[in-house]
Amino acid sequence: MLRLVSSASKPASTGILTKVVPSSCSTLGGRRTIASTSARQADITLTVDGKEVTVPQGSALIQACEAAGATIPRFCYHDRLAIAGNCRMCLVEVERSPKPVASCAMPAMPGAKVFTNTPLVHEAREGVMEFLLANHPLDCPICDQGGECDLQDQSMRYGADRTRFHEITGKRAVEDKDLGPLVKTSMNRCIQCTRCVRFANEVAGVEELGTTGRGNDMQIGMYVEKTMDSELSGNIVDLCPVGALTSKPYAFHARPWELKHTDSIDVMDAVGSNIRVDSRGTTVMRVQPRPNDDVNEEWISDKTRYAYDGLRFQRLTTPLVKQGDRFVAASWEDALTAVANGLAKSGAQGDEIQAVAGHLADTEAMVALKDLINRLGSDNLTLDAVGGHAAPVHAVDVRSNYLFNATVPGVQEADVILLVGSNPRHEAAVLNSRIRKSWLHTPLEIGLIGERIDTAYGYDYLGADAKAVADFVAGKGEFAQKFKAAKKPLIIVGSAVVEHPDGAAVFNALAKYVEQNKSTLLTPEWNGFGVLQRVASRAAAYDIGFVPSKKASTTKPKFIYLLNADEVDPKSIPQDAFVVYQGHHGDLGAQLADVCLPAAAYTEKSTTWVNTEGRTQLGRAAVPPPGASREDWKIIRALSEIVGNPLPYDDVLNLRDRMWEISPSLVRYDVTERTSVETALAGLKTMAVGTAKATVSGKAFTKPINNFYQTDPISRASVTMAQCTRAFVKGENYGFSELSSASEAAYA
Amino acid sequence: MFAARLPKRLPRPLPLLRRSVSSTPCRRSDALFVHRDTPYNNPKIPFEFTAENMKRAQEIISHYPPQYKKAATIPLLDLGQRQNKGWTSISVMNYVAKLLEMPPMRVYEVATFYTMFNREPIGENFVQVCTTTPCMLRGSYDILDTVCSHLGGIKPGDTTKDGKFTVIEVECQGACSNAPMIVVNDDFYEDLTPETTKKVLSAFAKGEKPKPGPQSGRHTSENSAGLTALTYHTQPYGPGEFCQPEFQ
Repeated sequence: MLRLVSSASKPASTGILTKVVPSSCSTLGGRRTIASTSARQADITLTVDGKEVTVPQGSALIQACEAAGATIPRFCYHDRLAIAGNCRMCLVEVERSPKPVASCAMPAMPGAKVFTNTPLVHEAREGVMEFLLANHPLDCPICDQGGECDLQDQSMRYGADRTRFHEITGKRAVEDKDLGPLVKTSMNRCIQCTRCVRFANEVAGVEELGTTGRGNDMQIGMYVEKTMDSELSGNIVDLCPVGALTSKPYAFHARPWELKHTDSIDVMDAVGSNIRVDSRGTTVMRVQPRPNDDVNEEWISDKTRYAYDGLRFQRLTTPLVKQGDRFVAASWEDALTAVANGLAKSGAQGDEIQAVAGHLADTEAMVALKDLINRLGSDNLTLDAVGGHAAPVHAVDVRSNYLFNATVPGVQEADVILLVGSNPRHEAAVLNSRIRKSWLHTPLEIGLIGERIDTAYGYDYLGADAKAVADFVAGKGEFAQKFKAAKKPLIIVGSAVVEHPDGAAVFNALAKYVEQNKSTLLTPEWNGFGVLQRVASRAAAYDIGFVPSKKASTTKPKFIYLLNADEVDPKSIPQDAFVVYQGHHGDLGAQLADVCLPAAAYTEKSTTWVNTEGRTQLGRAAVPPPGASREDWKIIRALSEIVGNPLPYDDVLNLRDRMWEISPSLVRYDVTERTSVETALAGLKTMAVGTAKATVSGKAFTKPINNFYQTDPISRASVTMAQCTRAFVKGENYGFSELSSASEAAYA
Repeated sequence: MFAARLPKRLPRPLPLLRRSVSSTPCRRSDALFVHRDTPYNNPKIPFEFTAENMKRAQEIISHYPPQYKKAATIPLLDLGQRQNKGWTSISVMNYVAKLLEMPPMRVYEVATFYTMFNREPIGENFVQVCTTTPCMLRGSYDILDTVCSHLGGIKPGDTTKDGKFTVIEVECQGACSNAPMIVVNDDFYEDLTPETTKKVLSAFAKGEKPKPGPQSGRHTSENSAGLTALTYHTQPYGPGEFCQPEFQ
């Protein structure tokens, strides 16, 4: 895959007037300097509507106007996409310019005098709007975009109040495209802003969407019949300024003004994307991204966006107690008593009491559960992962051993990236788009050890197993040399490596490697070693020390408390053990349980989530939990009372005080805290010591996620995700894809 | 009593023509801008350059810097179209994309943008009749009618039943000084009259290739009435003639 980017396609900046992505032109070495306009960071001053404004050189005129507080209507311009300049809606008047200029495609010039509110501008905008509406159907009442449509809003504000459209031939008709089960198309409404095309090509890496034909007949599509197979495809729904691309699962379900917006945090992966949950009554109607430049920019993955319908199905709404081979609904009191009796009857003592923290366990619940289990005299705190019954091979004493230290925005600073046993495309889709962005616009080199995957960028394939890691550490191969020479190298270790038999050896080798190359990999400004977690709860679990002691990890449990644990291997649970499942879905964990305690899903509780970079974020409850289900930590608090060992916190504030005692970072929201070089080095040393005896089996790394769309109980219960699985993973119903996916792989 | 106050409504005659459900007529473009799999045009049909064309392709690619290989899209599509009997099938596009290591969609975009890439099969001889203003003023519609009727009453855009001719109407080909004109395959036939048009077409039908250029006896675009200006000097000026004395 050649990284060809037209010179205009570099996004002007990550946000309005923030400095452009730090350019690493100096490291180019004369290669692939295709898109690099040198980033001169001088500021220029110009006048907009009589107001002086200073912007960085190279800003678009539209950004200068925004900075001056003038609102510029636009359709095709988007901060995070390349500039197209084809909608012409952003026309402004510039002094001594004979015509109005498109402010998005015009660089801001020092000393320019810009007017955004003159009769010329008004007339120009009105004219452009008239042209746009000439072919736009008048179907607002049946259009899902109605109420949040840029075209609707802007035609009210800038359009003419009457029509001159008397075209005998009628409006243009374009056939709808089938982009799969997520994006519904209504191509008659398309105004050819090409935002979706630019997003697909630049950000998502789906270089299959484009424009065919020309002039009046131009249309957006794939030319051949196929679906848009991307884990970020839902974002084109948000980008579409009209109703041409709308959400298929949400179609005709609600109007935007009926919805209650709740800012929250996503838990489908460990990125912690900022989301806005739109709910009506007690139902989550949709999930939208919330811009946060430090985490998800403006994008979210399709699982984040569309798995919400899983919140309606397969829910546990009432406590269940197993009688014989049937679950019987019970009251909370009975269920909790059943748990206490089960604990007593199982005769579990000390480490025989096991707690398993699953993928969707929130931090509060894990803290409460850990406190409870510890109070019961057990240290058997395990994680719902392969090998989760033992302490992870990287020790958890130092945060930098298991966090993604480079931080999500930091990925763009890296000049060489080594992926070890990780497929960021499926484990952290939004992060993957950052790597792709960097790969497109800088001479970033990427190496991959592990199973071959279709990332959205090209990579050097170094091998499939721990031997490749050893070779890399030994400096064998061209990539290893490049890595050594790099200024900001980055090692991304997949969370699956921890679960792999060779994980210890890999961590050992890499810890030593980082120590040896600390001049580049570990500096006060840069920590180039990071584990990319793929599970929302994992970083928090490590933070609070939700790991078993050595003795506990070999103890056979008699009482098992599954907290949102739905990936457990049924064989790992002893036949005679008493199993409690606390969670929100009747998935695998609930099947294994003797008592099910219905809890709240992430949209129903205000809890803390720590993402893979150690950023603590607070989710908020959008809707009440269904039926008798309760917030997780409250269930554990109530249970502690019944087992006769009450936890010392009665409300969430006290619980958060307890979290502060454990780790202050758990209550410092929205920031990442950098581990100091000394501490990080000490952490690496413990890691190296702890894994010193590791041997290499040579088993190849495999990707942990084979079906991106179904990874947790919510997405497994989701109808939309099931459709995605059918369409994209199994490739049913959509016959055309085999040719193109093969050819795509060839360029990867 | 209220009924009396109501205005008397006369039953109105129904409009003669009822409006159908959709009043928007289907607006037909010359070509479809999406691909449909057909037995003769689908990605499973193999296409590869012949050895000779491959050499030419490599030569074309070598004109551009390696990272701008995609600049060769148009010439390679043309080469492919020539090899593929005058039309660019989906296989040709895919092949070009593969050769230039670019996403197939980028090639589809180019191929659909330019009207000279035929994305449907054409006859052996591709007749393009210019009907832009200068040709139209010189009677190009007569030429178009002649072509169509001579080829058995087909319409522009159609191919004759024997597969020998495809006729389309095109915009200016840049031979306005010799209007009206048609393009058959790669050659211009200019200064046409219905008679000469028929002659040209008949020759092609027989498998011959008539001499391209003006069919009226002109050599190029010189004045058909002979010289009308600069006629008094039979000889060209000699050096210094008619000049100021000092320059003589």
